[in-house]
Amino acid sequence: MSGTPHLEAPTTPVWPMYRTLVSVGLVCGLLIVSAYELTRPIIQRNKIAARQAAVLQVLPGAHASRTFRVDEAGAVTPVPPESEGEGLVFAGFDAQRRLVGLAIEAQGMGYQDVVRVLYGYSFEQQAVIGFRVLESRDTPGLGDRVETDPAFLRNFECLDVSLGADGKALAHPVEFVKQGQKVSPWQVDGITGATITSRAVALMIARSAATWIPRVAARRAEFRPEE
Amino acid sequence: MANDESLATTSPTDEFLKGLWRENPTFVQVLGMCPTLAVTNSATNAIAMGLATTFVLVASNLAVSSIRRFVPKQVRIVTFILLIATFVTVVDYAIQAISLGLHKALGAFIALIVVNCIILGRAEAFASKNGLLRSALDGLGMGVGFTLALLALGGVRELVGRGSLFGVPLLWDGYQGWVVMILPAGGFFTLAALLLFVQWRKRAAKEVTP
Amino acid sequence: MNESLSTIFVNACLINNFVLAWFLGICPFLGVSGKLDTAVRMGAAVTFVLVVTSLSAFGIQALLTAIGAPYLSLISFIAVIAATVQLVEMFIKKFSPALFRALGIFLPLISTNCAILGLALIQTNKGYGLVQGLVFALGAGAGFTLALVLMAGVRERLDFAKVPDVVRGTALTLAVAGLLSVAFMGFAGLGA
Repeated sequence: MSGTPHLEAPTTPVWPMYRTLVSVGLVCGLLIVSAYELTRPIIQRNKIAARQAAVLQVLPGAHASRTFRVDEAGAVTPVPPESEGEGLVFAGFDAQRRLVGLAIEAQGMGYQDVVRVLYGYSFEQQAVIGFRVLESRDTPGLGDRVETDPAFLRNFECLDVSLGADGKALAHPVEFVKQGQKVSPWQVDGITGATITSRAVALMIARSAATWIPRVAARRAEFRPEE
Repeated sequence: MANDESLATTSPTDEFLKGLWRENPTFVQVLGMCPTLAVTNSATNAIAMGLATTFVLVASNLAVSSIRRFVPKQVRIVTFILLIATFVTVVDYAIQAISLGLHKALGAFIALIVVNCIILGRAEAFASKNGLLRSALDGLGMGVGFTLALLALGGVRELVGRGSLFGVPLLWDGYQGWVVMILPAGGFFTLAALLLFVQWRKRAAKEVTP
Repeated sequence: MNESLSTIFVNACLINNFVLAWFLGICPFLGVSGKLDTAVRMGAAVTFVLVVTSLSAFGIQALLTAIGAPYLSLISFIAVIAATVQLVEMFIKKFSPALFRALGIFLPLISTNCAILGLALIQTNKGYGLVQGLVFALGAGAGFTLALVLMAGVRERLDFAKVPDVVRGTALTLAVAGLLSVAFMGFAGLGA
């Protein structure tokens, strides 16, 4: 059996207990901190790469991206690529360093849990030009069709989000309609059999576009590529 | 050390082999059910979870076995849990560094390896009483047994649910997956079926050699 | 993400039921669901510890963020949960012997229940505040109790059913859990 005889005695001295706990705690702390320090640069690089890949996917034609923070008043400041938190947008630039558009994150309650999506906005076309799901736990084979269904994805190749005459709100809010009933360019055609998830996705884009596009549309010139 | 060896009645290889079938943590001891059910919706997730658990098992068994003489029995469990939590944190960061996608797929269940009863169970029941080599082999055997069980579950669920294995389509074109198998319910059903099979085998073996 | 409190509650209790959708707390679910009476008590004990854990996890996370050591969260969670369960046990024993007799034997079991640690981790991951965390813990506890009570009800009946010998035991319980899980899938979409 383990343990030296004096430890089996009815009154165990307190000292060995402290000694053990403190030394084990020290070793554990050391191990955790070194693992954290060793992996941190790699994890950060992976995160930036994953984010960049998503941005380039929703902005067709983009080659490089840069992260900006936009506050509620609409002031634009460039931030390092690993930044986290509210108010981030990602600008995509083509091979000639011209602005392709902005990638914006939106989230909302899906069929089963929170769904996070990223969509691309083009200043030129005043439209959503790309879309992908970042995170979803919705039913495989049903809810996850918002990620794969070609007809549904075609909604976001050119979804009208142009501003009204006063430039303070969208001319037509993004609307959700049932499959095959889309008549206007600002409507999103749902998926039969995944109605709730597709409606949730359309609604979160509608909500996000209504706040974000009026805020950033006039500030196109401020989204400059890195020097 | 000599004391331990004289107590041992089984060969070192047997310490390894017992985890694979005779004392398989999943099918025979029915331990560590939460990760078993939660992450086996694909074979890849199952393998990743199995390997992570195996690493933690071997590392914690080694650590516990090497300090077993210095730990007063009142603080034994606390010490073991501290060590296990440390190794799990290390694994968590390692998986994040290897693949963010995998980390996202496994979610909170990597961190939940800490409360997997198999690990504390082996530390307390085996590693705290045995030498380094035996403890490592025991941890490895249990880990491999656990991984195989997860793989069996994940393989069946992915094959039936999606018609693929490790993401490679295996069944005929146009195969409509049984979605329920990938859903939580499928985990319960598949594990029930596999347990039934194991029980039936054991019963059959008993009847042959009474 | 600003989820409303009712969404959080319904989500934790029904849509993403801890036991039937997230597989947290399977061990007590399989072990203590034989009798209706014990199931109710176990559910109450778990809910109680969940709420206490939610509070302490919120405190720990705030502290760790303040000192810039997020990598210590797992090890502190597990240490604090173990300590909390011990404290709660001593506290109840001293102040309410009746409650202790009702819940007593379950409390030590709870510290290795992955629902508890899972709650702390998920709550931190989702960035819930104090009140949101509390509602989440209550919802999770209610969901756990509901699953446990339903299971116990079915199992009490199964005791009198004619079932082949080889199926009895864990396999049968798991199959019933699978059916319950299918039933709970019907709640999905409530929050959308």
